[in-house]
Amino acid sequence: MSDAATPSTRPAPARIRNDLRVVAELVAPGARLLDIGCGDGDLLAYLAAEKGVDGRGIELSQAGVNACVARGLSVIQGDADRDLAYYPDRGFDYAVLSQTIQATMAPKTVLQELLRIGDKAIVSFPNFGYWDVRLRLMFGGRMPVSERLPYSWYDTPNIHFCTIRDFVALCREIGATVEKAVALDGNGNRVPFNAPWWVWNLIGAQAVFLLKRR
Amino acid sequence: MGSAADDFDETERRRRREADRPSSLVARFGDDQPLRLDGGALLSPWQIAYTTVGKLNADRSNAVLVCHALTGDQYVASPNPVTGKPGWWGLMVGPGRPVDTDRFFVICANVLGGCMGTTGPASTDPATGRPYGVDLPLITIPDMVRAQAALVESLGIDTLFAVVGGSMGGMQVLEWAAAYPERVFAAVPIATGARHSSQNIAFHEVGRQAVMADPDWCRGAYLEAGRSPRKGLAVARMAAHITYMSGQSLHAKFGRNLQDRERVTFGFEADFQIESYLRHQGMSFVDRFDANSYLYVTRAMDYFDLAAPHGGVLAHAFAGTRTRFCVASFTTDWLFPTTESKAVVHALNAAGANVSFVEIASDRGHDAFLLDEPELFATVRGFLTGAARARGIEGPAAPRIAGDAPPTQPAVKAVVQRGGGR
Repeated sequence: MSDAATPSTRPAPARIRNDLRVVAELVAPGARLLDIGCGDGDLLAYLAAEKGVDGRGIELSQAGVNACVARGLSVIQGDADRDLAYYPDRGFDYAVLSQTIQATMAPKTVLQELLRIGDKAIVSFPNFGYWDVRLRLMFGGRMPVSERLPYSWYDTPNIHFCTIRDFVALCREIGATVEKAVALDGNGNRVPFNAPWWVWNLIGAQAVFLLKRR
Repeated sequence: MGSAADDFDETERRRRREADRPSSLVARFGDDQPLRLDGGALLSPWQIAYTTVGKLNADRSNAVLVCHALTGDQYVASPNPVTGKPGWWGLMVGPGRPVDTDRFFVICANVLGGCMGTTGPASTDPATGRPYGVDLPLITIPDMVRAQAALVESLGIDTLFAVVGGSMGGMQVLEWAAAYPERVFAAVPIATGARHSSQNIAFHEVGRQAVMADPDWCRGAYLEAGRSPRKGLAVARMAAHITYMSGQSLHAKFGRNLQDRERVTFGFEADFQIESYLRHQGMSFVDRFDANSYLYVTRAMDYFDLAAPHGGVLAHAFAGTRTRFCVASFTTDWLFPTTESKAVVHALNAAGANVSFVEIASDRGHDAFLLDEPELFATVRGFLTGAARARGIEGPAAPRIAGDAPPTQPAVKAVVQRGGGR
């Protein structure tokens, strides 16, 4: 039990969030990866332990960065809007943006930066086209507040919500190829069948995209 | 009254003895091993005074070099023989601390140009038998690092596990990583920058002018003249001391409080507590530090610009580096603000280096790096733990309780640590 309080000696979390697991499955072993908005470093630690990934992170919160560095991860304090410009072209195999793009000032620029820095980009985001969101807006008549979207409109960091179809359109606009896409339902489970985007846009609470520079 | 003055004199006498014959270990390099200085001169013979704590492992892979700041010394974790005060970074370096002396072999050397036993202006020039004074060639941060590299080599250590330091010590860390990338596995530059800013040069110049305006400076030859530019050096220290604290922390500590009086005296005595505090800081500093040394080391910081020899592109200084970096800054540090640390981080990113960076919230200004800042300790401990794992050596002991208290001793009260470190 003595090691219970020493995460630094046990880097690999036993479990990670479902959407992070989906992200992790898209990453090739031994890759170089930049995780933007890496939080406490769960994905980086998991990838390092399970796939031998050489990972780096960027995180806005001091608490998050400290947690990462204290578990031996290479993470800098910074944000997606301001700090990506300093990374060299194609410095990484993957640039990952988990549940963060909706909180950036300039999502389009950020997405372009991801594809400049990484050969591939993995982006996950909450889908504002999800049926639950639509119903709340339609019948409640107010901005949806739920377990997944816990903020009120006036204090939310999520200033650029989009739907799955919006995102697909943006990818087309910046010339990114969608190599793979996964929709997760309200319980965080993978939607197990392929369907047109408009179906996923209705039943997917979140989406994870693997993009490639065209 | 007389006894206090005698105490000061005794402290100063002890310090002057240390310049040539330090109480610590010392490595001497003869005429056959001159030190090439950036200014063009060859220095020989020369010596470097240092302390070590902990044991070097069989592979010689657990050595950590700690670089001290402007007016620090080699007594990082052991009592200073001049002042009797405990080591200046006992919170960071020691058994169970982030730089864990139970696991690492810690080396700390007095900088070139210093006055605690490494060759500096207070040392005796063997050619004349008199103190060098201002005849010593100017010293740079790379010169300091070259001297440390010679020491480390003489100890039989090829690669340092880590180089750690704050402020001017952090400049040395960056210089080490740039000049000897293969010999530094991990680098921890804290509250520092890759160059001295115009504002920082300005403050240093005020300090130097104060020293040189003191008639007792004797154009640098005060040691021979049996004098000491105490007033000038004290003023220099007072000005510098302000830059080590935040306006916020000064106000919280002193406000507009009066010193031992009910009302202002309508004169120029130290009416305010802050005045009394600064005077005390100035006077206690002159006992333990050589005025010419102050000129030399401040100049070394002013000249530091790591990007300059690389076409002005800082990233080029770190091209291809495999060293792991952990950069830390403090929110209220206006001497080395976060922007300076971020410039280093961005250059390291551009060079594809392995880097961690934390800005630590603290209201204590630049001084924070020497004080009890649990976030800093947690960061350094975590970073060194990860680096040790990658290096295949034992990392620092895990903290046993929340925060970063050491396993056995209670935290040394932060105020005790003041004075020596920077």
